[in-house]
Amino acid sequence: MFANFDFDVIRRSLGYLFFDGMTFTLTLTGLSAFGGLVFGTLLALMRLSGFRLLGRIAGLYVDLMRSLPLVLVIFWFYFLVPYLGQWLTGSSRPVRVGAFTSSLVTFIMFEAAYFSEIMRAGIQSISKGQPAAANALGLTYAQTMRYVVLPQAFRNMLPVLLTQTIVLFQDTSLVYVLSIPDFLGAASKVAQRDGRLVEMYLFAAAVYFIISSAASFSVRRLQARISIVR
Amino acid sequence: MNYHWNWRIFWEPAPNGTGTYLDMLLSGLVLTIETALCAWIIALAFGSIVGVMRTLPSKTASRVGFAYVEFFRNMPLLVQLFIWFFVLPEILPQSWGLWLKQMPHAPFYTAAIGIGLFMSARVAEQTRAGINSLPRGQKLAATALGLTTAQAYRYVLLPMAFRIVLPPLTSEFLSTIKNTSVAITIGLIELTAEARAMQEFSFQVFEAFTAATVLYLLVNIVVVTAMRFLERAIAVPGYITGK
Repeated sequence: MFANFDFDVIRRSLGYLFFDGMTFTLTLTGLSAFGGLVFGTLLALMRLSGFRLLGRIAGLYVDLMRSLPLVLVIFWFYFLVPYLGQWLTGSSRPVRVGAFTSSLVTFIMFEAAYFSEIMRAGIQSISKGQPAAANALGLTYAQTMRYVVLPQAFRNMLPVLLTQTIVLFQDTSLVYVLSIPDFLGAASKVAQRDGRLVEMYLFAAAVYFIISSAASFSVRRLQARISIVR
Repeated sequence: MNYHWNWRIFWEPAPNGTGTYLDMLLSGLVLTIETALCAWIIALAFGSIVGVMRTLPSKTASRVGFAYVEFFRNMPLLVQLFIWFFVLPEILPQSWGLWLKQMPHAPFYTAAIGIGLFMSARVAEQTRAGINSLPRGQKLAATALGLTTAQAYRYVLLPMAFRIVLPPLTSEFLSTIKNTSVAITIGLIELTAEARAMQEFSFQVFEAFTAATVLYLLVNIVVVTAMRFLERAIAVPGYITGK
């Protein structure tokens, strides 16, 4: 069954797959995880702020994002981002947005909802005495969050945040629906050009598998180390 | 925003001759639900078996279960679907491959099986967590009563474990529904694909996606409400308080 398996097509396209495709995938993953964490933390703070309206808005946003399929959200933002750009820059026509920017905005907005749930759990896991003590020391709300609550919440939730980032890494492959050459998109382009679907897709699967399982193995080790401290 | 809104588009006939645009979206919704249900049955069946295997005393069984979960969890769903759809028919013996390629509704079956197996790894993890969350005494008491391992699982551990993990299983089911949209890449014309087609036919991008969004939200609400009733109905008195 692997008699006419052509390893050469993989070797020939390694440069394209990794320098173009994987770079795109990893950059998108990294930036989205960072942006998603920042916005997610803001959303979590909004939900826990005690201001009804802010909390409701953040809650609605999170629930909305979490009940939609990522593919639909990718399409939404692909068409919406040009109009958002027009609105932000005040230009008279919808702004032209590149594939990378569009998918970056999508993933940041989408992941923010998931990261916010993780950060919310993290913030709620900090005992009440901590912010109370910070308050008694005369720290403002911002200082309490910045120096007392968020560092601990972040640390407690680090394994979960990293696991979510691995999920994000796998999910970035869905930009395929916009024909963007991320790692899978690049593999698929070569596959269709050379008629080598079997080789390219199996290779892509193997690469994703190795990266994800290595990453989740490290997360598990990290978790074991952290849980001893507590 | 110089976008031309036209909400009446839903009642206009779609060019593919199947009725109005609304009919088109609704048929996509039906396919989404059908695919999700088939996938969910597969996910529950395989997931429960693998989840139980991971808690068995046998080292081999738990290793096999571990390998199964890692295998399906560490590849993107999209890649898995491509492998089932494009690669499998090629590496099977020729006559089988041909049969697979000529099978009617191939995207539907591929999606149901591919998404089902992908989700089964997650269901397995939940099942395992549920069984492990039971106090050790339950298994010991079952053994002391003379139940075999199979009986202990059937009559003592699983009925409790499944009730405990019902809330996380609900969100796995919701993920299954959402994941059906990934099958758009192998040509399954489900709800997202119909919305995309409507956008291409009519150029009413935002109406099409709004309608799809509303339909997904409705499905979500129905599932969540139904599961809440189920949770309340099967809650074990004095053990898990429905919440």
